[in-house]
Amino acid sequence: MAKEITSTSVEKEAKKKEMILFLSNTAEREHFLSKNNRKLLSDPLDDNNPITVQVLGICSALAITVQLEPAVVMALAVTAVMAFSNMIVSILRNLIPNRIRIIVQLIIVASLVILVDQVLKAYAYDVSKQLSVFVGLIITNCIIMGRLEAFALGNGVYKSFLDGIGNAAGYGIILIIVAFFRELLGSGKLFGFEVLGHKAATMAESTGLYSFGYENNGLMLLSPMALIIVGILIWVQRARNRKLIEQN
Amino acid sequence: MEEKAVNKTNSNGYTFMFAIIMVVVVGSVLAFAATSLQPLQNENVRQEKMQNILATVGIEVDRAGSEELYNQYITETIALNSDGSVNEQADAFTVDLAKELKRPAPNQVFPLYIADIEGEKYYIVPLRGKGLWDAIWGYIALKDDVNTIKGAVFDHKAETPGLGAEITQVWFRERFTDEKIFDESGNLIGVSVVKGSPDPTDKSDFKVDAISGATITGDGVSDMISERLQHYLPYFKTQQEIKVAIQ
Repeated sequence: MAKEITSTSVEKEAKKKEMILFLSNTAEREHFLSKNNRKLLSDPLDDNNPITVQVLGICSALAITVQLEPAVVMALAVTAVMAFSNMIVSILRNLIPNRIRIIVQLIIVASLVILVDQVLKAYAYDVSKQLSVFVGLIITNCIIMGRLEAFALGNGVYKSFLDGIGNAAGYGIILIIVAFFRELLGSGKLFGFEVLGHKAATMAESTGLYSFGYENNGLMLLSPMALIIVGILIWVQRARNRKLIEQN
Repeated sequence: MEEKAVNKTNSNGYTFMFAIIMVVVVGSVLAFAATSLQPLQNENVRQEKMQNILATVGIEVDRAGSEELYNQYITETIALNSDGSVNEQADAFTVDLAKELKRPAPNQVFPLYIADIEGEKYYIVPLRGKGLWDAIWGYIALKDDVNTIKGAVFDHKAETPGLGAEITQVWFRERFTDEKIFDESGNLIGVSVVKGSPDPTDKSDFKVDAISGATITGDGVSDMISERLQHYLPYFKTQQEIKVAIQ
């Protein structure tokens, strides 16, 4: 009788361990915001930023950074898609047949993107109109596929979830910084508000900076300027963070 | 143990089964989401249309409040055949102009919305044309002489943000207000979007100022206005109360 109890409790213990292993890929139970886990969140913001260090996901950084609002919504949409696709792939990581794993990942990402698109259309119609085709293009965002291949396939569920959030935040923060400068310098607005004053047909009728003859920089509205701003960001980041500079 | 697991997921049978199950699961989740969200999405599109129609006659409402005011001010919606006669079968509000324009010309049906605001009658004509990248559309409201523009709204599918996409902005739309569309002998001219700052106070020059950097979108707007309006001339001619000589 006593023996039986110990055997089931051992079994239970083993099951528990397996569960922990499945969730976080470390044998020991870890605090849910331990140093390692925090690193998963903070690393992509600076040292391992997907845009400025890995130079991934540039295409959408060009396309939707003309104004701040769509950039913020895009960042949120990418966060949702990335966190959940990382999680789902990690849950299925021992089940996914190796030969079709890329297709499986694509289908998971694509269906999450379609879900996000449908929800936006139903609950945030105006924003979804502004983002139009770019929500669909999240599917082709190489950061997502990259994280699935590089991280979620070999790591626990919780860690993959954190990794997804971290990388999406690293992507989003660059998007928002670029959009801030492009909207401010290109149309003199932030989130659609005229922060630099109102530009009327003549200088005399204008207010704020425009009354001194300030002009918006139309170049800022064109895609190449996003690349130039990203370039400047990379420069600033490397000036601050010397270990990012290649030694050759 | 490990090797066995790898072998299992590598077999053809397992791969096929996995693919089939995944497609079925993903397919049903998406189908469920699409059908359950569809009523909300259609409602958004419908309310936005009412909002746009009201905006042409100077009534700015948010999307949620548009239906009530629409029912209050839009007194008639009629569908017109290409010869100007009224088509009794078609429901004008649900006519999709994009689809109509793909049909053979004699079969096309065009909607016309008639608003009555404090005794003033307005004719609202839906527009559709081509911008730089994709379709542009909108509504234009004419006063009861069908010569003077009361207001216009424009929208687009994929014009460049900050350039062509600015046609949706109020400051661009306002340039059309009070412009005339017929010349003195009753020929339809329409309104052209032109470069070089035409005098904004001259309301019978058939010109409004363009947006710099959006020449092709602007040309699309001009073409769309004159092209669409000409289809309504047969109907306007039959209306006794319209007092403008239309050639």
